[in-house]
Amino acid sequence: MVSPVLFWVVAALTVVPSLALIFARKAVHIAMSIVCVMVGLAVAYVGLDAPFLGVVQIVVYTGAVMMLFLFVLMLVGVDQRESLKETITGQRWIAFFAAGGMAVLLISIIGRVSIAPQEAQTGNPEEIALVLFGQYVLVMEVLGTLLITAAVGALIMTHTPRLTPRKTQTDLQAARVLAGADPVNKPMPGVFARHNALDAPALDPEGKPIEHSVSRVLEIRDQMSDGEEFRARLESTANPEDHQNPQRSTESEEEK
Amino acid sequence: MNPINFVILAAILFSIGSAAVLLRRNAIVAFMGVELMLNAANLALVAFSRIHGQLDGQVMAFFVMVVAAAEVVVGLAIIIAVFRARQTISLDEPAELKG
Repeated sequence: MVSPVLFWVVAALTVVPSLALIFARKAVHIAMSIVCVMVGLAVAYVGLDAPFLGVVQIVVYTGAVMMLFLFVLMLVGVDQRESLKETITGQRWIAFFAAGGMAVLLISIIGRVSIAPQEAQTGNPEEIALVLFGQYVLVMEVLGTLLITAAVGALIMTHTPRLTPRKTQTDLQAARVLAGADPVNKPMPGVFARHNALDAPALDPEGKPIEHSVSRVLEIRDQMSDGEEFRARLESTANPEDHQNPQRSTESEEEK
Repeated sequence: MNPINFVILAAILFSIGSAAVLLRRNAIVAFMGVELMLNAANLALVAFSRIHGQLDGQVMAFFVMVVAAAEVVVGLAIIIAVFRARQTISLDEPAELKG
């Protein structure tokens, strides 16, 4: 006989988290509650004298299947919002009614059944192995085929054939030049400038400042030094008495 | 306590799983509802196996687990393929299939 305490613990451990399937908002929370349900079912199997199935339940369901679910959830993005708009009017109530009706129907019929339980068989894994590889050995073979088919099917399903030839570095460079970009690397800030700091734009061969050589962040923060400031600083280093900004002057002294 | 109570528990879990399949729009969550229904069937099989004192129910539950594992692999692959094609896993979005 199964102890009532075990039954009620298992019932609470399975029914309460499984309600998350209907009421929880986030898919990750639902997945974790289903993991809890699977563990509860494993406890139930062990309590029903099926220790082998209990272990398989933990390994296959909590270990593999639910982790696969979580993996796919992460792959498609956990922030996938679920639309709550009803496309079929009254679907929610019809669904509740159908599921509740089925529960009432099943429970009322099962409640009328009275079976006196037989003695449980002991030595579970050995007995299961005898049945599995004796009476059901052909089914085992078919299941092996099924698993291989499923694996190949998943490979085919997620495989994306290459429709265009693979792009080489030569192609990428040609596309960049066609798009009007510089054929060479961008100059670093300070290249050919008379002040090699990050905020000084590089000078092109004609002596004009290249604005995009300075980091965009400095530009947004308004910290890019323009020509006027640069000229003023040159004059101030030539004339050390009237430093307006002492920190700037130490910088320019370090450069020397 | 009579193991038939576990069959009633299985019926409740099966109903919750079917309600989830009917209600939820997220394909992965609906799929988890299918998994819960399969597990409820497994629980009923194991409980019947215990009631009759025979192992056939447990072997059947084992087969159901293998089939469910294969089903999960293919189903999640389909979800990934649909997500790649239309950037959503909502069950309402591929509505253009209807005639």
